[in-house]
Amino acid sequence: MKKTKMRMQSPSDRINNFDEVELGFNSSEALTEANRCLQCASPRCVKGCPVNIEIPKFIKEIKEGNIEKAYEIIKNSSSLPAVCGRVCPQEKQCEGMCVKGIKGEAIAIGALERYVADYALKNNYTSVLNIEKSNKKIAIVGSGPAGLTCAGELAKNGYSVTIYEVLHEAGGVLTYGIPEFRLPKEIVKKEIDSLINLGVEIKTDVPVGNAITISDLQKEYDYVFLAQGAGLPKFMNIPGEEGNEVFSANEILTRINLMKAYKRDSKTPIKSSKKAYVIGGGNVAMDAVRSLKRLGIEAHLMYRRSEEELPARKVEIEHAKEEGIIFDLLSNPKRILLDENNNVIGMEVVDMELSEVIDGRRSVNEIVGSEHTVDCDMVVMALGTSPNHEAVKHSNIEINDKGLIVVEELKTSLNNVYAGGDAVTGSATVILAMEAGKKAAKRIMEE
Amino acid sequence: MYKVIYNKRINTNSFEMLVEAPMVVKKFIPGQFAIVMAKSDSEKIPLTIYDCDKEKGLLYLIYQVVGASTLELSYVTDSIYSVTGPLGVPSEICTNVEDYKDKRIVYVGGGVGIAPVYPQVKYLKEHGINVDVIYGCRNKDLMIIKDKIEEVCSNVEYTTDDGSFGEKGFVTNILERNVNKYDICVAIGPVIMMKNVCILTKKYNLKTIVSMNPIMVDGSGMCGACRCLIDGKPKFACIHGPEFDGHKVDFDSALKRMNTYKEEEKNKFDQMEVLLNEKN
Repeated sequence: MKKTKMRMQSPSDRINNFDEVELGFNSSEALTEANRCLQCASPRCVKGCPVNIEIPKFIKEIKEGNIEKAYEIIKNSSSLPAVCGRVCPQEKQCEGMCVKGIKGEAIAIGALERYVADYALKNNYTSVLNIEKSNKKIAIVGSGPAGLTCAGELAKNGYSVTIYEVLHEAGGVLTYGIPEFRLPKEIVKKEIDSLINLGVEIKTDVPVGNAITISDLQKEYDYVFLAQGAGLPKFMNIPGEEGNEVFSANEILTRINLMKAYKRDSKTPIKSSKKAYVIGGGNVAMDAVRSLKRLGIEAHLMYRRSEEELPARKVEIEHAKEEGIIFDLLSNPKRILLDENNNVIGMEVVDMELSEVIDGRRSVNEIVGSEHTVDCDMVVMALGTSPNHEAVKHSNIEINDKGLIVVEELKTSLNNVYAGGDAVTGSATVILAMEAGKKAAKRIMEE
Repeated sequence: MYKVIYNKRINTNSFEMLVEAPMVVKKFIPGQFAIVMAKSDSEKIPLTIYDCDKEKGLLYLIYQVVGASTLELSYVTDSIYSVTGPLGVPSEICTNVEDYKDKRIVYVGGGVGIAPVYPQVKYLKEHGINVDVIYGCRNKDLMIIKDKIEEVCSNVEYTTDDGSFGEKGFVTNILERNVNKYDICVAIGPVIMMKNVCILTKKYNLKTIVSMNPIMVDGSGMCGACRCLIDGKPKFACIHGPEFDGHKVDFDSALKRMNTYKEEEKNKFDQMEVLLNEKN
């Protein structure tokens, strides 16, 4: 029996809106899919999950129609199930380990998780908890997936948690980065509201490092968890990058998602364009290029390696193709061409070829003499980020040569200060940040 | 929500707003700025912090109505949705006052650029440093906070393009006459003014600090919209600035980058006028 496919908006419809692409399972689809699960005695899927959700157990509850029970099981391990069900790279984690996947298709674990979480949010399930209040106060810097998860875990255990967020809305990358069509902001808001219901306080508009320092937080709180995320968008350092229509993917996504620039009556503008190139091959690149397509732009994705090496989630690549994103693979910009007004008019690009594998990654070389120009009026850099030290700038926290915060078992060089997520690892995924948030909470509770 | 005490017009197109924002003012050092949103669906815009009352937690902002978002802000009465700050690196001079005790300093303010000059001059006076100020405007009616600046500086010279107040001409005329008097110059105002000041001071090898005001979104280093070329390398005005060594700034690309959303902004302005008219 094959994997149950999720219903989706058709590509021709969805390129004209920002509504969610995947529509989720209904109860009979969820049941059909749950029934495919073999309920392994020694489940590999759980090991593949960074937060070790007891996957067979919750699937068993779906089979038996106990969705509320299934939700409790997931919630025991994950603070943001409706988010993870949508954005985790399941093919590399739980589903990648699923026994069924060896000969056929893995169980659609992500889709089932999403089904349970959405059902719970829709029916306002609140996990009934008898919280015993602890007198410990924790400050968390950043309200992205790491911070929210840590907050949820601690609040469930009675700790008093305050999150500091520099933006006007909580959620970090879930709010400013991942587009509506992949992760509706309504869902993010509900997940955050459920944490607020647990007693978590979120202070928005606070630039930690400027308005309040780490040492202030150390004085005021028993523990501090730094989860400020990845930081500054990288550029290529090629000529022409100062062009007016050269943007970071973060800027495009922030304008669209956080500031709602995709709406006609939005007060925040987004640059109009006829033909745009997004440079990069990760999830952020995919989010940016698919967002631009929805604004009616001829949207290209330029990546220097081949399709096989694209780091993005597989399903996003498939969706992007269906939506008519043009993939310019094995290509790389050499410079951006500008007119006298600093407006982008094209790019000089060079073809690339794959060579040997170094440190587990395919290296690439330019093909000499293959330089040619392409027309375009917008270039978007989605090349990852370099660390942002704003939050920790007045502290003497130990930073490594890559600029990342040094931790041992999530503990930093500062007293009672922990750190996790992208601030420690560099740009990674939502679920890995959540794993760090969960571990940090555990470490703090063990103290 | 942040309580607005007042939001008043101070000349034909500039406004002064007093807001309760204790977290923003608590650690404010001159040179830093704030990002505000009038309403929950408004654009985020960087504004000048012109003064603050740390005890009462009050923040004084000055802004000029130049587009849709500042127009919307000028209609605010009771409260604003978001104020984030202080943002940016504090003024190098104010941070290291001791190093500048016996330095001769001139501040050049152009138009509403006098607003961010004021807190620096005031701070330095409080720390025993008296500076000179050159304040230039297109005409007399556009001058703001004249009395305030004179309270903290005994040597203010004025220029107007049309000669309606002070000397007729540009700030650079006065600066060039006295350029040898100074060890350091701080110029804040329109990009074209800062550029011209820097062309002049470079000629005389006078160290010059400028405060860049590019298009910005979040103000936390996340988006890179505000990048300026400094010594040929991109730096973010929000977290590496807004103050930079003026002799290293690529003013030409900065000037052009300010036009990025020209068309879009015009549409938003028309849209906003309609929206505000409907409500009033």
